[in-house]
Parts: sequence; structure tokens; C-alpha cells
Amino acid sequence: MKIKITIPVMLFFIVSLIIIGAAYDDGYGPYEPHPISLEIPPGWPKPPTNIFANNKLTEEGFQLGKKLFYDGRLSKDGEVSCASCHQQFAAFATFDHDLSHGVHNSFSTRNAPALFNLAWMPELHWDGGINHIEVQPLFPITAKNEMGESLDSVLIKIKKDTVYKRMFKAAFGDAAINSQRMLKAIAQFTGTLVSANSKYDKVKRGEAVFTPFEEKGYGVFKEKCASCHKEPLFTDNSFRNNGLPLNRFFDIGRQRITQLSSDSLKFKVPSLRNAQLTFPYMHDGSIYSIPQVIEHYRTGIITSQPTLDSLLRNRIPLTNLEKNELVYFIYTLTDSSFTKNPRYTPGGNGFVTTPGYDKH
Amino acid sequence: MNKNILYQKKRSPLCLILACITGLLFMVSFSVNNKYPPVKTGTLKIIFTNTANGKPITLRDSVYHNYFGETYSISKLKYYVSNITIKNKQASSNMGGYYLINAATDDNTIELPLQPGIYSSLEFLLGVDSLRNCSGAQTGALDPMNDMFWTWNSGYVMFKLEGNSPASLADLKRIEHHLGGYKGTNNVATKIKINFSDAALPEIKTNSTTEIVIETNLDNYWHGISDIKIAEIPVCMTTGDLAKKIAANFQNLFSIKNIRSIP
Repeated sequence: MKIKITIPVMLFFIVSLIIIGAAYDDGYGPYEPHPISLEIPPGWPKPPTNIFANNKLTEEGFQLGKKLFYDGRLSKDGEVSCASCHQQFAAFATFDHDLSHGVHNSFSTRNAPALFNLAWMPELHWDGGINHIEVQPLFPITAKNEMGESLDSVLIKIKKDTVYKRMFKAAFGDAAINSQRMLKAIAQFTGTLVSANSKYDKVKRGEAVFTPFEEKGYGVFKEKCASCHKEPLFTDNSFRNNGLPLNRFFDIGRQRITQLSSDSLKFKVPSLRNAQLTFPYMHDGSIYSIPQVIEHYRTGIITSQPTLDSLLRNRIPLTNLEKNELVYFIYTLTDSSFTKNPRYTPGGNGFVTTPGYDKH
Repeated sequence: MNKNILYQKKRSPLCLILACITGLLFMVSFSVNNKYPPVKTGTLKIIFTNTANGKPITLRDSVYHNYFGETYSISKLKYYVSNITIKNKQASSNMGGYYLINAATDDNTIELPLQPGIYSSLEFLLGVDSLRNCSGAQTGALDPMNDMFWTWNSGYVMFKLEGNSPASLADLKRIEHHLGGYKGTNNVATKIKINFSDAALPEIKTNSTTEIVIETNLDNYWHGISDIKIAEIPVCMTTGDLAKKIAANFQNLFSIKNIRSIP
């Protein structure tokens, strides 16, 4: 072994020192991610799969995901962000809209679902077509009646932003920005939205008591609703036909995904958590209020459909009193600590995000 | 979270020391003779060439005809190749990796390091295995930006053929075959096995390259196990029976065109 220190080698040493020194001190600071974890509320089941198995949760990844979630640049006209249709004050559904608004005055064809407890949801969308939370944003970003943008353009836009360069580096170790990292970051935000602090949860934890009316409603719920809206998530994540007519979009639901006629008109059972805030209801937003939804189950179900859920063949018999009690129980599932949590709010934590707007 | 965590700029003396050490290592690594011999491997190049009617495919301009006499042109031809396994009598090695073969690019070469030896067969999956179809956001060949991922029904388009034909009854006389599906009976990813003939077993030698040219012959796409007439199936863009019917012909698409060693 022989070390030859020659003038060219010395020169190389000096030049490499300068280059490496400059590259290291890039002003972004060293890579020091702060790990975070998905909080599993007491008494809840473990998520069916670990959606973060290949996506290490960090504070930096979460904050990057939040910025992307609230960023209109993910859309063609720069104005429609994920948050346009998934509003925190509506438990991340679209408040008071049957269908949501996309770019160029377009409408979606389904009601925007609320976003919470997604880590417990094996398949996303009303028809379950999405098999992993990371790939979900591909649909709204590229759909012509939602954000109407291409992934290439989104990346071109966000690569120009030095704040993103800094945040991608903080989250992933270097400033490279690609679709995989963007999607993983968004999943860190959406996948850790947990709503588990409603009055119902407080009652379960012994921190509050139901009123007699709510208590009776809980009884009605357990007897007549809980087999599909299973506690504690208030959904069993199954796909069922609940007897609505075929709508004007000829939306056949789950059948479009599985190609099975036995799945015709089946849609995902939504969680009843925060239902007070997520009106209008059903996959097409066709029913406006909770009492009207209950009335649908009591008298409105179209029983002639061959794929109608077997539990609904005789509709759901309820007295007027039971119906009212049920409404009061459903109100106890509203989690205002979730809808007002500053952790999920844009502009919190000193981050600059596009301002909210009221184009509805 | 303290906002300073993401925005702080550290310019500690440690940076300088680290840079010095790295520089020194660079210097030493360039001037010290490597005393470890390199691991013995050769290189295998698998080159895909797409043909129809005995000619290499050119997109848009050329007109081809299928078994049923229907003429057509091709504007897009892309497919995934994965799970490449090469076998000899002693062993088989799964080389891993996911590759997108695209007729729009000149170079569809897969380059792999391989242990020296004489090999008897080559296997690969035409498509993407089910695990990768449901493992979230991917990058490289599997990046959704390659326009081979269904956004509304998660999963990869394994094979994409687009073009035009006077026989097509679809809008603009188009052919649009997006073949995918990874679940259960809808799975169209197809294991392709190619046995080398005894006369021409490829030999991988240390520090040299062996090229295997695989011909993807679209003539066999329309006829073989299934009869695929453009007039009957101009468009297939969902998983299910139709995609499976077309995909049944995948197994006859590929053959060895040439094997040669480059010393």
C-alpha cells in the first residue's frame, strides 16, 4: 500500500473539500426527523393492515403532507386543494354540498366522504376501488371534474418552491421531489387523522354520561343499526346495497370495481362518527338530513332490488320516538376536538399555506 | 412542534471537520491500489424488440395486419416485465426488479449482473405481481407518472396497446387495450418461460457481456389461444373476462431471436 501525494491529488483534495463542505452546509440543516406514531384509541382494534409499513411516520412527513393537502397547486387552476372538498369543520367532508366542486365549474358525481380513522379502512372510496391510502390522491388530482391536473405538472409546480425543497429534505433526507414522496407525505397526514373524542367516547371512558334520551337512542342503535355501523369505528367497512334508486349518473358502485353483477349498487357503509357535520348523506348526497336518512331506512328502501342487503329486506321498523332518540344518539358521535384540532389546521405550526377560500 | 426544527440552519464546526475527513477519504481512495479482487460476475443484457408482420414496430406511421386481415397502426405499446429468473441445472436466480418496455423508446435493454455459467432457461412475469399492485406509491418503472396505473381501481396496467384500425367500431376507429387486474381470477400477469435450445445455451463469462434478444411478436397477440378481432374488441379498459381473454395470448408473444457474447 503506497500513498502518493502529488500536486494533482492535493488540488483534488482542496477542490473536493470545498465542494463537499458547500454541499453539506446547504442551509437546510442536517436530516433529523422526529418519529411520530399512529395513536390507537383505548379499546379500539388494531388497524387491519399497517398502512405505514413502508412509510415511516415523522413529524416532518406529517407537516409536509399537511402542506400538500392544503395546497391548490395540486390542481389545474391552482384553486382546488384536497381541503376544498375535505373541510376540517365538516370532519373533512364537503359541508352542505351533495356533490363537490372541481376545476372549471365542474361537479363530482359522488358525495365527498369524511376523512378520519382511515388507517382502519382497508379500501378507500365509496366503491372500495382504492387499495392503499398512498395511491388515493392520484384519482382526485387527475380526475377532470376534481383537480384536473397531471402529476408531471404538479411536481413541476412544487419543485419551484424552496419551502417544499426544505420540507422534502426534512422529511426524506434529501431535497429530491417525486410522486412517491409526495404521495407518502400526504398519506402521513390523512392516515393519522383520528377522531375518537366524541361524547360517546367520553361516556365509554367514564368521563361523561348520556342523557336519558341519548341512552335510549344508543339502545335503538345497538338493536337496529350496529350490525353494519359496527362500534367503535361505526362502520364494518363492508359494501352493501341500502335500497337507493340507480341515480342519474348510473352509478353502479362496487360492481364497477369487481365486475360482479352481485355487487351492483353496493357502496361502502360510512362511519356514523361526525355524521351531524357530514350532511348531505349517501354516496350521491341525495338525502339531506339525519331524520330523512332514518326515514329512508324505515319507509323508503326499494325492496325489489335483487342485491338489496338481506338485513334490509323488511326495511328497519322504528317508532317516531325511537327515530328521535336515534338522532340524539348520533349527535353524541360529533367530535369537536377533532374538527377544531389546530394540528390539522392550515397555517398552524408556522407554515405558510394557501389561504382558505369560500368558493362554494 | 417548534417551527424552528425545520427551518434552523446549522453551520457548526462539525460540518467542516466532516468535510475534511470526507475529502481525505476521497484522496486516499483514489491513490491506494485496491487489494481486494472484484467479485466474479458477468453481465446479462436482455433486449426486447417489438415486431409485427416480421418487421420492427414503428409507431403511428406503419400499417400492419393481423391474422384476420384487419389492418391497424400502433401509437402506444408499453408493458411491464418483472421477476426475471434465469436458470441452469444447479440453480435459479431471481433477479428482481421491475421494467417498463416501451416501443416509444429506442433502448429496451435490461442489464443484470449474473454469476458465470451456462444457462438453460429464462422466466419472467409479463406484468406486475399482486404484492406490488397493493403496496402503495412506487417509484422508478412503477411510478404512476408512467401512465400505467389505474387511479380509480388501484392496480397496474400490465400491457397497453393503443392505435387505430379501419376495422374498429370505436370512436375515431381507435384500438385501446389497457390490460390489467391482479386479484384472484382477474389476474392477467402471466409467467413467461423461455427454454434456450441446446445448440445455443447462453454462457455468462466473467467480465464480459452476453446479449439475449427477445422478440415480442404482436402477430401472436391477435391469434393463438384466443381469437382477438379488432372489430369485436377495439376497446378493453377494465379488469375481467375480456382482459383475460386477450391476455391468454401473452404466453405466445415472446421468443428468442438472438443470443450472442460480447467479449
